[in-house]
Amino acid sequence: MAVLDIRDVVVQYDAEGDELVVALDHVSVTIGPGEFVVALGASGCGKTTLLNLMAGFLQPTSGMTTFDGRPILGPGAERGVVFQHGALMPWLNTLDNVAFGLALKGVPRDERRERAREMLRLVGLEGVERRRIWELSGGMRQRVGVARALTADSQVLLMDEPLGALDALTREQMQELILEIWVRTAKSIFFITHGIDEAVFLATKLLVMTPRPGRVAARLDLDFGRRFAAGASASEIKARPEFLATRDRVRSLVFSSRQLASVAS
Amino acid sequence: MRDAPIAETSAAVNTVPRARKVRRARWRLTYVNKVSIATCIGVLLLWQLASWVEVVPAMFLPSPLAVAKKLVRVSTDGFQDATLLQHLLASLGRVGAALAGAVVAGVVLGFAMTLDETARGIIEPLLEIYRPIPPLAYLPLVIIWFGIGEGAKILVIFLGILPSILIATHDGLRSVSQDRVNAARSLGATHMQVVTRVLLPHAAPSILTGTRIGLGTGWATLVAAELVAATRGLGFMIKGAADFLVTDVVILGILVIAFVAVAMEFGLRLLQRVLAPWQGHE
Repeated sequence: MAVLDIRDVVVQYDAEGDELVVALDHVSVTIGPGEFVVALGASGCGKTTLLNLMAGFLQPTSGMTTFDGRPILGPGAERGVVFQHGALMPWLNTLDNVAFGLALKGVPRDERRERAREMLRLVGLEGVERRRIWELSGGMRQRVGVARALTADSQVLLMDEPLGALDALTREQMQELILEIWVRTAKSIFFITHGIDEAVFLATKLLVMTPRPGRVAARLDLDFGRRFAAGASASEIKARPEFLATRDRVRSLVFSSRQLASVAS
Repeated sequence: MRDAPIAETSAAVNTVPRARKVRRARWRLTYVNKVSIATCIGVLLLWQLASWVEVVPAMFLPSPLAVAKKLVRVSTDGFQDATLLQHLLASLGRVGAALAGAVVAGVVLGFAMTLDETARGIIEPLLEIYRPIPPLAYLPLVIIWFGIGEGAKILVIFLGILPSILIATHDGLRSVSQDRVNAARSLGATHMQVVTRVLLPHAAPSILTGTRIGLGTGWATLVAAELVAATRGLGFMIKGAADFLVTDVVILGILVIAFVAVAMEFGLRLLQRVLAPWQGHE
């Protein structure tokens, strides 16, 4: 049973000078229950457009987008989004940011704060409930963003380069944290990145995307993330020959497809 | 299972140097403050000295002491059938009513203009045509149309304040990031909730800045409005005193307006710090 289904979707923009930009050209993606789907590609390959379709921020020019068999007509709390720059509300403290989705639904204050506190604990943030969000580090802010999406009890987490703005050390910690959360909550995840190591480490299903027009050039089924979840350490996994081989293969896929794209245009 | 990595990573992140605590604004004098205070005292002394040696006749430049004495006189006995407090309250009432009206109208129109293309098409040209006109220029027209009553005075002040609040609201709303709006929508926010829970708080600092700027224009317009057919008000008091060359009352009126305007400005700044502490942190 597919949770989220993008079928044969085309997205076109009218750019300046009557030029038609094809952001996505007949793309199909399925996110099944408990899958960790990673979209990898250079900027302009349509990965954010793909996420916007899933979130319901955007309607396709043609093709079908469904969630649990129902067409996606707009944003909804069952599809939580985590943004690259957090998109938190600075007028709310950390706890109320996490509880924001419940506040919108009219859940009583004590109840929603209790739930938010739980989610903050899940993402490893305790004792910062009352902090202003601008007092938090970049990594902490992204944890708050993840906790906010989880509190709304979404079934799928859509993550738009959530680690893109973080330093390398924090980034590795966050990769492990996201895998932890994925296993504990059994959510499906769609994750955008342009980090090859990150993509190979996290994905159960990896989409290599190419720009102009945005297409899925290759699909790989991987299981390094599952192995981490089963107890292997991240550094050990990343040092394995299979990991290195897969990474090199993905890298050559990314670069050859980029050359193809530039030849085609 | 696997509790260890979470505990590890959270410990690592939590040891990131604690972010600055928002320091409570304390009344500590900076170097600039000290220079400012010295300047004010210096001007006062110079003024006292100038009137003491009678550089100009006291009729044109009464001493600070004379003005202070007048403050007591006008406060108790009044000037032109009203005490200073009554003049002040009349003016404050007008500015207050106009300001309240302008905040409501400015915020509503600012939202309309940002959220609706048609509304923007209607409001923008009207605003751009009337905004650069000095209130003194359209004051006679307002009097011809609306008479010399209280309503006309408040209207002129209102028209003086409105543009800065409207433009500030519009600018504040336009600066909201699409991500922030999308974040609320993906958490299930309705259109109305996006307006009240994202756009309004987001624009609040900007609206308050617009209000501060508008208030300055408001006081400037007040005096003009009170020059015509008022029986009370600081502007009226100044005009009346000038007609009879009662220079100390003129200076007194000016100083009272300055004092009240500065007090309101600081009040609004304080309000801004309380209501929008995140300003400058984004």
